[in-house]
Amino acid sequence: MASTTEISYRPDVLVTSGKTFADVNNDVSAPLERWPNWKWWACFGVALSFLGIGVLLSADMFMTGLGVLGINQPIGWGTFIVNFVFWVGIGHAGTLISAILFLFRQKWRTGINRSAEAMTIFAVMTALLFPLIHTGRPWYAALWLLPYPNQRELWVNFRSPLLWDVFAVSTYFTISALFWYVGLIPDFASVRDRAKNKFRKLVYTILSMGWRGSNRNWSHYEVAYMLLAGLSTPLVLSVHSVVSFDLAVSNVPGWHTTIFPPYFVAGAIFSGFAMVVTLLVIVREAFGLKDYITVNHLEKMNKIIMATGMMVGYAYICEFFIAWYSGNPFETFAFVNRAFGPYWWAYWIMFSCNVFIPQIYWWKKMRTNIGVMFVVNLFVNIGMWFERYVITVTSLHRDFLPSSWHYYVPTWYDWGIALGSFGFFFTFFLLFCRLFPVIAMAEVKGVMASGEHVSKEKGVA
Amino acid sequence: MAGKNTAGIVGFFSDERALLQAAAKVKDAQYLSFDAFSPYPVHGLDQAMGLRRSWLPYVTFGGGLTGVTLGYLLQWWTSSQSWPVNVGGKPFNSVPAWVPVIFELTILFAGVSTVVALILGCRLPNVKKRAFDPAITRDRFAVMIEAPCGGAAPAGGKKFDESEITSFLKSIGAQDVRVVAEEGWF
Repeated sequence: MASTTEISYRPDVLVTSGKTFADVNNDVSAPLERWPNWKWWACFGVALSFLGIGVLLSADMFMTGLGVLGINQPIGWGTFIVNFVFWVGIGHAGTLISAILFLFRQKWRTGINRSAEAMTIFAVMTALLFPLIHTGRPWYAALWLLPYPNQRELWVNFRSPLLWDVFAVSTYFTISALFWYVGLIPDFASVRDRAKNKFRKLVYTILSMGWRGSNRNWSHYEVAYMLLAGLSTPLVLSVHSVVSFDLAVSNVPGWHTTIFPPYFVAGAIFSGFAMVVTLLVIVREAFGLKDYITVNHLEKMNKIIMATGMMVGYAYICEFFIAWYSGNPFETFAFVNRAFGPYWWAYWIMFSCNVFIPQIYWWKKMRTNIGVMFVVNLFVNIGMWFERYVITVTSLHRDFLPSSWHYYVPTWYDWGIALGSFGFFFTFFLLFCRLFPVIAMAEVKGVMASGEHVSKEKGVA
Repeated sequence: MAGKNTAGIVGFFSDERALLQAAAKVKDAQYLSFDAFSPYPVHGLDQAMGLRRSWLPYVTFGGGLTGVTLGYLLQWWTSSQSWPVNVGGKPFNSVPAWVPVIFELTILFAGVSTVVALILGCRLPNVKKRAFDPAITRDRFAVMIEAPCGGAAPAGGKKFDESEITSFLKSIGAQDVRVVAEEGWF
């Protein structure tokens, strides 16, 4: 014994204040069992009114035509694709937390995975609105997008990245929703078993599908969870790669670059984590879950934000380098125009928010400060929205024919519908907070137990 | 309890270690069927109970293979057989362009079949077997020795004898032993 070096291993404290298993159920289920307070109603009211603005403006747009938007030659893609890519990107963090961190055995994910997955699902739903409404006739769009036998005997074009996108995003939504539901089953059972109200008991009995916590079920459940994590991991990487193909497969200078898939995936995780932290800072405060979503959790996420932010920054610089190194005058022009042309302001908002501001996370004091992280992560989300704006608009607004050059300005329909998408997302998220357990109780108990196990083992030895 | 069919006899345990030890002992006692209950998946319990590894991965693999095949056939047939359209001079069967959709359908079929297999494998939705104790999904651990269906004497294993099982569960450290009646959810 004396010759070997003492290795001290201190497991991460994932749940603070010495909570018991029963405390987990009490604390997480409490918001489901009381009538929401005025703050929740106020947030819900704001979200619903934003959604209402979006619905009204979209309805007006359907009746009048897409001319109400800012798009025109040569900018055929405006804020709708920007919002689509933004929201799909937001979703990626949820899958990263639920699937990739699971495969890497990162136990701290258990405190945050439920709400992050919920965010994924609602973000993907929000994103899916835009391809539907941008057609101007959404009631046909769903049919145009899918290959189904029709009387014209026509099929969709499987060589088009836009069609790949339909398959990628709808598969992503389906698998994320199933993964989320599988994770929710044991927790619905927990809520059911403590329900005093008859109606609530009935609803959660149905939602839990009569789960009893039998080990013959857990045995299948754990394998299924791992399989779904294994399937979601390549899926999430493929989704934003395919989204980037929408741009990269075209011949437009500024879009036609091979760096796009990894660059988009890094950006998606970057913006998604920023959104998760923003939401969790509010959720842990509002629902008193500070012992489950600790500053330790938030700090880890902020580290990932800084790392992915630098990947994105590397991509920005690499694009410039390749534009120069390729010697292609169109490519060079597109990039010089992007940073120093009429949209310089958008480019530098993007660059500052995504590359400069997150550098503050080098200081532990900053990345563990709730106020600082809230503000910085809001900036990250603004920056990532502008990244998509810059990529889409600056590459299009000065095309090969200088006579058609044009300065794109979104109209208030663009802004109103974008606001509506935030209303849509937050309406669902707020309902989720009141109806579903926001923390994966069964999973948190699993990691609490293993921590205890380790310390006991040490005690015995 | 009288008059109702007995579903089984349950012994409760305080923590996961006690449950693991109890499960191993119940397995060794060779009762016809038994199950363990816990608020979260307890690692090592499958071995303690002598359960084989879940068969779900085979279903996932089958689902994935189906997805690959259908993904290819769908695109090959629509684009090169049903109505070939010349798009930018590319071959009608442009296989590299089929890859993203084949990939997505592989994941879709594998994932959906996994979830369907999970639901079937766990016999969900479970309508007939009510949770016997609300604390199981909170913080209690239990082992249930299940009664044979219809009360018939089993061909292999031991006879289902309530008093014998009760004293057996107590002898392996159960804090509380209870007879559970067969009861549905609704």
